[in-house]
Amino acid sequence: MKIHLKVWRQAGPTAHGQFVNYTAENVSPHMSFLEMLDVVNEGLIRKGQEAIAFDSDCREGICGTCGFMVSGIPHGPEPHTTVCQLHMRKFKDGDALTLEPWRSKGFPVLRDLIVDRSAFDRIIQAGGYTSVNTGGAQDANAILIGRDTAEAAMDSAACIGCGACVAACKNASAALFTSAKITHLSLLPQGQVERGTRVLNMVERMDMEGFGSCSNEGECEAVCPKGISLRNIATMNREYWKAILSS
Amino acid sequence: MTLDSKVPSGPLAEKWDSHKFASKLVNPANRRKHTVIIVGTGLAGASAASSLGELGYNVLSFCIQDSPRRAHSIAAQGGINAAKNYQNDGDSIYRLFYDTIKGGDYRAREANVYRLAQVSVNIIDQCVAQGVPFAREYGGQLDNRSFGGAQVSRTFYARGQTGQQLLLGAYQSMQRQVARGQVKQFPNREMLDLVLINGQARGIIVRNLVTGQLERYVADAVCLATGGYGTAYYLSTNAVGSNVTASWRAHKRGALFANPCFTQIHPTCIPVSGEDQSKLTLMSESLRNDGRVWVPKNTGDKRRAADIPESERDYYLERKYPSFGNLVPRDVASRNAKQVCDEGRGVGETGLAVYLDFKDAIQRLGHDVVAARYGNLFEMYEKITGEDPYTVPMRMYPAIHYAMGGLWVDYNLMSNVPGLHVLGEANFSDHGANRLGASALMQGLADGYFVIPYTLAHYIAGTKVEKVTTDHDAFKEAENSVQDRINKVLAVKGTKTPRELHRQLGRLLWDDVGMARNEAGLKKALATIPKLREEFWQNVAVPGDANNLNKNLEYAGRVADYLEFAELLALDALTRTESCGGHFREESQTPEGEAQRDDAHFSHVSAWEFQGVGKTPTLHKEPLVFEEVHPSQRSYK
Repeated sequence: MKIHLKVWRQAGPTAHGQFVNYTAENVSPHMSFLEMLDVVNEGLIRKGQEAIAFDSDCREGICGTCGFMVSGIPHGPEPHTTVCQLHMRKFKDGDALTLEPWRSKGFPVLRDLIVDRSAFDRIIQAGGYTSVNTGGAQDANAILIGRDTAEAAMDSAACIGCGACVAACKNASAALFTSAKITHLSLLPQGQVERGTRVLNMVERMDMEGFGSCSNEGECEAVCPKGISLRNIATMNREYWKAILSS
Repeated sequence: MTLDSKVPSGPLAEKWDSHKFASKLVNPANRRKHTVIIVGTGLAGASAASSLGELGYNVLSFCIQDSPRRAHSIAAQGGINAAKNYQNDGDSIYRLFYDTIKGGDYRAREANVYRLAQVSVNIIDQCVAQGVPFAREYGGQLDNRSFGGAQVSRTFYARGQTGQQLLLGAYQSMQRQVARGQVKQFPNREMLDLVLINGQARGIIVRNLVTGQLERYVADAVCLATGGYGTAYYLSTNAVGSNVTASWRAHKRGALFANPCFTQIHPTCIPVSGEDQSKLTLMSESLRNDGRVWVPKNTGDKRRAADIPESERDYYLERKYPSFGNLVPRDVASRNAKQVCDEGRGVGETGLAVYLDFKDAIQRLGHDVVAARYGNLFEMYEKITGEDPYTVPMRMYPAIHYAMGGLWVDYNLMSNVPGLHVLGEANFSDHGANRLGASALMQGLADGYFVIPYTLAHYIAGTKVEKVTTDHDAFKEAENSVQDRINKVLAVKGTKTPRELHRQLGRLLWDDVGMARNEAGLKKALATIPKLREEFWQNVAVPGDANNLNKNLEYAGRVADYLEFAELLALDALTRTESCGGHFREESQTPEGEAQRDDAHFSHVSAWEFQGVGKTPTLHKEPLVFEEVHPSQRSYK
């Protein structure tokens, strides 16, 4: 098949960007979306032009490195799928697609489709951990955790930190990302000691990074490749007010 | 050069304790005066960074990804082994040790492996304390499963995302140290050279992958936790950014490379579908717990799986290995898949696949139980292939997955270069010629949480290092050589993309240095690789410049290193004329077609010393001494 692409090209963080048109020829339905772009890039390189910069690593949908907008939808139209796992069989011959980087004040563009997501690291640094040093842990079975609790914690912990939630949100809110970590740790006995300070510090950091507020649009949940639920945000808000009122 | 493994004396079970006691300590007040560089932020690198930061050292942590959380350990699916014996099924530290030594086909160091089994129990405790949401029983205790050739249930798991959860645990601990100022993290940095001063590893040269600038960092010691070299084969289950560059550049500065021919081929990967495929996706081998592997009995049987009656199916693993069945170790499962496909009994469009069938499991356990165990894997399979594994058997074929070989290290995880420590998959030490399932996560975390904090202290406390800054001539020399190499790549301005050259190298390695190797093929590879390398330097196309984010330039640098490394890989495979573990030499097999070891000639570690590109490296041998176990022919019948 043949796919028409309109791709955001921007040479560097401060450079002026613009859309450029490309055509991907001979696209096989078995290819992943990124493999299709690999082939477009091979063609550009052979012509002595610089390839479209996009990031990816595991190409299995777990590392969270890849991600850009495909015609306005983060990671493209397939639910619960990162763009590296999106296959061309989901498209048809002649489709015209627009590729853009995540757009958010918290995620400055570095080049083409690549953005700087280091704000997510800083949100975790604000409290997304349990403060235990290596070596002093008690036996792993000493604290029982109900299966349902462990499973619920795992549902939240499954976040891959790709940033699609921010990209989908009209406020560019990082609430889904931040709340997933808060929920994961607040569900588990190990996370209780720092439960209050964690939520206060992480929320403060999230605001400082320039992400907007959550207004319950639900766009984040709809595009999340790991199906992280909007309920995490409700939990975060509850945890936040509990912490405020008890502090 | 004599290779001193520094394995302590005394009974096996007491070696590590007595070694820890004999090791020197660094006073808590003095630790802040020492800086440690850690390259790589996977399980080994992140756990080392957090542990050393907690102890009070100044840690500088580097990774090529845009965040340490994205290191490739995150993709490990199945689980992590530990000798907890929570299931009361006969497990013990000794049994985990024994299984690992035997699984590695008696090509690993006893003392290292025993230590690994010992600290495995602490790892689980540590991870649970961090809040890693391992799978639980209804009573609230941790759940275990049996995994990859083990006859006990000792594998802990978090759905099919165990690597992700363990890595996020280590990453979060590391971020805590970043917040405390104990760890400084440098994402988007690629290590391009190791800096030696007075023969000691004292620093690195990295390229800032966003700005393109070269940067210098100095420290008292350097730890490499940069993973394996499976991507030399182009198609592998590794991340597309995984590479051999950091290890290889350290090797070129004098670090010995051990057993590079010990590569692991994972039996259950989604088969290749087309020419432009960029990577292969592994399906956790936990699938083999309930899935049954089969091919048609008759060659050329092109009927759909559902149309082939039971009587015409060959469940070849169950038939040949009745006691282990579908759970034979990875190397055995992979070779058998290749064998049935070579016989013309492979399935799917290409004929290079075998079935992994869940029909019986779904009948026995019900759809819901199967979905709970493997749901996310089934989903991933369906996304990639467009087929539903609940109704159609999965198609699987082996793929390059893991490197047992790596930089040579002693019992302290230090290479032959003083101060250069190597952790996790990047070293060679614990898995011998074949790694057991769920043991990579165990080793990465063992090295980072529980070994390096002791052995690095011993090195720092016992070593005098000159006070230097990054203005030292050795830094200038290293930076200049890195800059020259980058300039040289950019100056070629050829017509072939790095990917094309990489793909060519990968095909060559897969064909001749892959699942089965023979003298003629290896000699052919050794003759072809230098030509391909020459072609790279004559004709590689890298548009753009070095002063900004240029993915193609990064990639070209890595391909250039694969093209040097590949020769060592093939040479090591040629030199080792025995079969063992993942290294199968067709000339050396039992009458039943199983790997035939040659302990009289090859019970050693082959550690290679670099002599120049295209020059024959020098082989150093570290004899393997077995005081505790008696190497026997592995049998999984």
